[in-house]
Amino acid sequence: MSRLPTLLLLVALFSVPLWMGNLYVLHVLIITGIFTIAAMSLNLLLGYTGQLSLGHVAFFGIGAYVSALTSLGFEVHLLPDYSVALAPKPVWLGMLCGILIAGLCGWAIGRLSFRVRGAYFVIVTVSFAEVVHLVALNWVELTQGPMALNSIPPLTLSAPGLIEISFLRKPANYWLVLSVGVLAYILIRRLIHSRAGRAMVALRENEPLATSVGVDVTKYLVLATIVSAGIAGAAGALYAHYIRIVDPDVFLFIYTVTMVIMVVTGGKGTLEGPVVGGIVFGLLPESLRALHIKPEIQWIVYGVLMVLVVYFLPQGIVPALRDWRAGRTGGQTAADRGLADEAAP
Amino acid sequence: MAGKTLTRGDPGVFPGILWKRPCRGDLGLDQLLQHALNAVILGGTYALLGIGLTLIFGIMRVVNFTHGELYSFGAYMMYMCVMPLGANFFVSLVLAMLLGILLGAAIEVVLLRRLRGADIDTTMLVMIGAWIAMQNFEQYAWTGVAKSIDTPFPSVPLILGPLSVSWNRLFVFAVALSLITATSLIISRTRLGKAMRATFQDREAAALMGIEIDSVHTATFALGSGLAAAAGALLGPVFVVTPGMGDLASLKAFAIVILGGLGNIQGATIGGFILALVEELGAGYVSSGYRDAMGFLLIILILMFRPTGLFATRERIG
Amino acid sequence: MSGPAPEILLRVAHLSIRFGGLLAVEDLSFEVAQGEILSLIGPNGAGKTSAFNAITGYLPPSAGDVHFRDKRLNGLSPHQIARLGVVRTFQKTSVFGGQTVRDNVLIGLHLRAQQRAAAILLGLAGVRREERQLREEAARLLDFIGLGARADTLAAALPYGDLRLLEVAVALAAGPRLLLLDEPVSGMNGAETDAFMRLLKRINADGMTVLLVEHDMKMVMGVSSRVICLNQGRIIADGPPAEIQRNGEVIRAYLGERYARAHG
Repeated sequence: MSRLPTLLLLVALFSVPLWMGNLYVLHVLIITGIFTIAAMSLNLLLGYTGQLSLGHVAFFGIGAYVSALTSLGFEVHLLPDYSVALAPKPVWLGMLCGILIAGLCGWAIGRLSFRVRGAYFVIVTVSFAEVVHLVALNWVELTQGPMALNSIPPLTLSAPGLIEISFLRKPANYWLVLSVGVLAYILIRRLIHSRAGRAMVALRENEPLATSVGVDVTKYLVLATIVSAGIAGAAGALYAHYIRIVDPDVFLFIYTVTMVIMVVTGGKGTLEGPVVGGIVFGLLPESLRALHIKPEIQWIVYGVLMVLVVYFLPQGIVPALRDWRAGRTGGQTAADRGLADEAAP
Repeated sequence: MAGKTLTRGDPGVFPGILWKRPCRGDLGLDQLLQHALNAVILGGTYALLGIGLTLIFGIMRVVNFTHGELYSFGAYMMYMCVMPLGANFFVSLVLAMLLGILLGAAIEVVLLRRLRGADIDTTMLVMIGAWIAMQNFEQYAWTGVAKSIDTPFPSVPLILGPLSVSWNRLFVFAVALSLITATSLIISRTRLGKAMRATFQDREAAALMGIEIDSVHTATFALGSGLAAAAGALLGPVFVVTPGMGDLASLKAFAIVILGGLGNIQGATIGGFILALVEELGAGYVSSGYRDAMGFLLIILILMFRPTGLFATRERIG
Repeated sequence: MSGPAPEILLRVAHLSIRFGGLLAVEDLSFEVAQGEILSLIGPNGAGKTSAFNAITGYLPPSAGDVHFRDKRLNGLSPHQIARLGVVRTFQKTSVFGGQTVRDNVLIGLHLRAQQRAAAILLGLAGVRREERQLREEAARLLDFIGLGARADTLAAALPYGDLRLLEVAVALAAGPRLLLLDEPVSGMNGAETDAFMRLLKRINADGMTVLLVEHDMKMVMGVSSRVICLNQGRIIADGPPAEIQRNGEVIRAYLGERYARAHG
């Protein structure tokens, strides 16, 4: 993507709240944005590093809960007469903690993945997400269980005496999510176009060859999971302070599936893939809802769609479009897919 | 956004609540024996689930996300036969299992065959797609309202000294054991079983020796699915039938497969009983809410410290 | 001989490798000196690739030691051994198929760069500078190997001969002191083999030490400074190419007892 169209696109995206009066549409865009950020983070792990992580929602939910709990404050009794308490902290600090703790969990999962790979890693990550789900459900003293954490404060940024911005209303949240999304995109892009990103791809493509030229498997798997988990945690924190209610349903496996669908149909292993996938699968349910189709049918459509995409567009939408465009112009084909393609000068 | 349309709050597959009252801290021998008895009975059906999946996962190397859906399919078929159609309970059971076998074969032929050489994420995604479609179809057809199935058994439990067990569950245990034995015999005595074992050990060699890998795959998936459907048909009348009941079943089946080692039937059988015991004791002495977490914790621990399972001796990577 | 004796780079001492009940390599001992091209030959199953795997950390030795410049290699992982300066190629063609030729070499240059994760994420100028240097180095390497024109082609689309060249380019990119080549010309035709022999001599002339496993006798005799012949896991001959060619044991190992007796 060259500079000018990207800039125009960004300007257009940022301008939306200025002319979009329909608050519901803004809400849909915000939620889509949050899930797209999570999808981008999953793409780093699933698409670029080739790790079949299906527990990604765990990082999302951990980010949400940690951020919410830090900003609300909590008290838990670890032993009958010994309790740990935290006074409410500013939201930005909560978000930071959410990202850090999510990243820490990513580190743990990354270290674990060294021993178990392929299908077994899938099972471990799913199990991890389920355990976290059950903890959120049952450790009522900390998380309020199914009764949910309520009245989570929105993010406020203030320079004392100067200004105070409260991200309470939808337009403000839209800009916040969009900014975080752009930042996440930039970070991932930097990583991919560097030696670290190449190492991750090398691990995915041919691990024995990668180690023979000095790529440290564990180090780069762990790096990929930490960054991936941290960004997912950020998305979770954004979610917590926008919706302002967090309950254990945030850990439902179906949300991992949503992210996976976004990444895979958009095009795993490409930078734009999860964005395209995120937009498609963020807006699709709303369009279907507008047609008054029952949610179950909607999900059946998703399932069928996923199967069809896997059969007919196995690389996803973005690579398919690239190949089609290259075929039309008769120019380079697969070379476009190389890492060099999007490299800045 | 994609709504929360799947009912998850209902009792999971084998919720502690419906088995017995949680008795935290009570270390009496009677309680322990009751837990053990419950575990043995539960373990039989767990073993069924685990054996079905270890065959599929082991021979076909497919991460079968539809396994739990075959389980709930079996339960729903049982429901449909017994309740609206009023058929005989035992006939319905056989029918449910047969339908499970057919559905499994259909899934393999329609969805999986085309993906024979594909990488593992591709098949996994197709299985996820099928899982979503199946579960939501169940939700659509039968709604999320829990269905209960009448049984011909007396509701008064059988008393054995200090222990009690319901007739229904005894029946479930007996059938589960028979099915396990039958499966074991199929694998060890029949030509099909031999072909399955050969394919498991060395796929290429098996193909070179003239074994029809396609047929072996279809038969494996059908058999595994049939066992899952049988487990569902057996447990449907014990608990209630909901669209979401397959999710936990799937995950526990994976736990059992990992415990017992890939492709290892005896391992899966023993694994099933071990998981049931860990759950029973965990629910009884720690907390019933974390009952389901036991299986997952087991998975994580085993994969960290003994990835080949408790019994397998072969090295295996991924 | 004038001048100081060349440094011994690789020291393999009493190496044994056992698979289950099978002894792939038994009590293998040899040394590789700086600047040599040492070839390991022997019939299939003689244990050559197993020895490679043990030296480079892909297989644990059952007994014996491997030292590279006084550093013990036993138990190290392959990437650690590569970092020390020992890089190998693989018998079966092994490249990063989905990446371009240039990107393959860039991956190979992994050890030559420093970029740390934090610097990368922050987008520091040093990272960009190093990227430019890496790309220049990749271009230089590709030209040296002769794949410069194919830099943007997908590796999977390369013809067989170029594929094998790419493997060598990737291994060279890692900046080794000792290069282990596992049957690099297998499947190549005569012209390609000649070209490869010239390439190998150029690499050696630049100071690279090479340990070669090969079946192609023309290649072995043409490039090696020394040849070791293995049979059934043991060394049966060790010397300059001309000597090995006439060695009765070697002939017997390759062609069988009858041939040896028939052709005395």
